[in-house]
Amino acid sequence: MKIVVLVKQVPDSGAERNLRSDDSTVDRDSANNVINEMDEYAIEEALKLREAHGGEVTILTMGPERAAESIRKALSMGPDKAVHVLDDALHGSCALATSKVLAAALKTLEPDLVIAGAESTDARGQVLPHMLAERLGAAALTGARKLTVDGATLTIERQTEEGYEVVTASTPAVVSVWDTINEPRYPSFKGIMEAKKKPVQTLSLGDLGIDAGEVGFGGASTAVVEHARRPPRQGGTRVNDDGEGGVKLVEFLVSEKFV
Amino acid sequence: MLNEEQEALRQTVAEFAHEVVAPVIAEHYEKHTFPYDIIRQMSKMGLFGLPFPEQYGGMGGDYFALCVAIEELARVDSSVAITLEAAVSLGAMPIYRFGTEEQKATWLPQLVTGEALAAFGLTEPGFGSDAGGAQTRAVLDKASNEWVINGSKAFITNSGTDVTVVVAVAAVTGETDGRKEISIILVPSGTPGFHVQPGYSKVGWCASDTHELTFDDVRVPAANLLGNRGRGFAQFLQTLDEGRIAIAALATGLAQGCVDESLRYAKQRHAFGQPIGNFQAIQFKIADMEVRTHTARLAWHDAAARLVRGADFKRQAAIAKLHASEIAVTNAREATQIHGGYGFMNEFPVARFWRDSKILEIGEGTSEVQRMVIARDLGL
Ligand SMILES: Cc1cc2nc3c(=O)[nH]c(=O)nc-3n(C[C@H](O)[C@H](O)[C@H](O)COP(=O)(O)OP(=O)(O)OC[C@H]3O[C@@H](n4cnc5c(N)ncnc54)[C@H](O)[C@@H]3O)c2cc1C
Repeated sequence: MKIVVLVKQVPDSGAERNLRSDDSTVDRDSANNVINEMDEYAIEEALKLREAHGGEVTILTMGPERAAESIRKALSMGPDKAVHVLDDALHGSCALATSKVLAAALKTLEPDLVIAGAESTDARGQVLPHMLAERLGAAALTGARKLTVDGATLTIERQTEEGYEVVTASTPAVVSVWDTINEPRYPSFKGIMEAKKKPVQTLSLGDLGIDAGEVGFGGASTAVVEHARRPPRQGGTRVNDDGEGGVKLVEFLVSEKFV
Repeated sequence: MLNEEQEALRQTVAEFAHEVVAPVIAEHYEKHTFPYDIIRQMSKMGLFGLPFPEQYGGMGGDYFALCVAIEELARVDSSVAITLEAAVSLGAMPIYRFGTEEQKATWLPQLVTGEALAAFGLTEPGFGSDAGGAQTRAVLDKASNEWVINGSKAFITNSGTDVTVVVAVAAVTGETDGRKEISIILVPSGTPGFHVQPGYSKVGWCASDTHELTFDDVRVPAANLLGNRGRGFAQFLQTLDEGRIAIAALATGLAQGCVDESLRYAKQRHAFGQPIGNFQAIQFKIADMEVRTHTARLAWHDAAARLVRGADFKRQAAIAKLHASEIAVTNAREATQIHGGYGFMNEFPVARFWRDSKILEIGEGTSEVQRMVIARDLGL
């Protein structure tokens, strides 16, 4: 099975993150740039499938020069090779344009299965896997907490707020995964050493036959008009027990969907 | 200073230590339980195979890489770091260096992957620094072609876990010209007459496994002799020379952990209306801790680099071990001081560091022994 895993480099969600004042994009210079956490689960799932069914795992990243660090790190977990879509004109691309670029790159790779994280910790749009499935004419199996493969048939447990849904489709498909699906491995030293020797192909917009005007700020379908820091955390709600305390607590829990 | 792969290894182990070790280690420490789950995950990462070739299931790295991993683990916790150190440099390494092909084939695959642990039994209740004083005896029974071992060993790391499979025992196997002939014999766990005594109540390293071992007419095949008869002394001296570099790395990690925790605490703890990190007395303590840690790291890097390129490293290993262990004790004392009363509470990492630091000046050659080694190497 040919599997492509989408890997995005994002600013570490555990550290301070900023938007640039000039163009409102993520300030990567001031950030600690890491692999999007959910993507590590996607990589793990792909590696497990390769262990069980054979095949090949390719990492696909669209990002600036420094995303190469995250590609190496992803490769040290065990994938076979990587493709890095790198072009200055991509800066400022919206989700729609990103999906156009990634879909073009995926067409050159002809995967049976694309696995992605369900969301990235910076944008948290959750839209890209759907957009890609649409552009590729592939099935969209999104939000998986479990994936089983039987020949060309894929079955996922799609995680919902109420529980889960069982969804089945056949390849080719795009599967997006939550962090409930597995426990990603840590790279071994052998993996780290081998990652250095694994092929990383760089593709430009020209290689993909995409005009620079269709992407970046110029081709963006959305724009950040203004941005501000999240307001400081508010004090919590206090429930004084005047006989109705229990009821009020349950009402609160229900309103927050905890029960 | 670290090359690209060593740095990637360091970061991976650092992440592992924070995500997997840090959240659970205090409880293991408090309850004196061996952290099997952590060890299993370390084995999956290949940490136990770092310095061994792929032929035996190793990672194809070297001793330097092993020490990088040990330092990063010890930065968070010494019990797991010493478990790795003892398993590799005292357990598997002597078998790799001195074992016959058959012994290597039997033991290394399971040791190198970390699925199983080996221990090294040199110290006895009556003899430590003066290892030549060993009293444990092994007599070759010609009729059955077996060694018959009697005696006891003290303070043996990793000797009694559920996954311990073999202990290398230093024993007197005869006498030549009035001098004891010492050999090392491999004794599989569970051999009749080989008894693992209950774990000690220790001041530190509370989540690591340490036992006294007794041998009552323990019989093992003659082929369990490690390498050649009478080579035991040379074998354990070489084992300990290397091990000292790993202990130096471990001590450096503990010293670094003291810096990390003190920095964090100095920024958040307030006294007299300001963070204690504003006081020069605290700043200077932390600056000095950083200086000590940095120089200890340079010392073990030098010794490990010499070892890896095949140069003499005996003196440098002793210097690194002596310096790193002494500064670890100093840093732990200062870090505890910076934490005030909380530093005396077991739930704070610095309290663990304090309790774990002292053994570093004792195990794998006391500070006095390191000074003897250095002085002897200088020609005295
Ligand atoms: C937690 C723990 C784990 C251990 N793990 C292992 C293990 O896995 N395998 C193993 O074989 N051993 C192990 N040891 C034993 C350890 O290596 C010894 O404790 C150490 O070598 C010191 O020996 P000793 O305790 O017999 O002290 P002694 O040799 O009795 O020394 C007592 C004191 O006298 C000093 N001294 C001795 N001789 C001289 C001299 N000639 N000149 C000046 N001063 C001298 C020493 O430096 C020390 O201060 C472990 C110990 C501990 C506590």
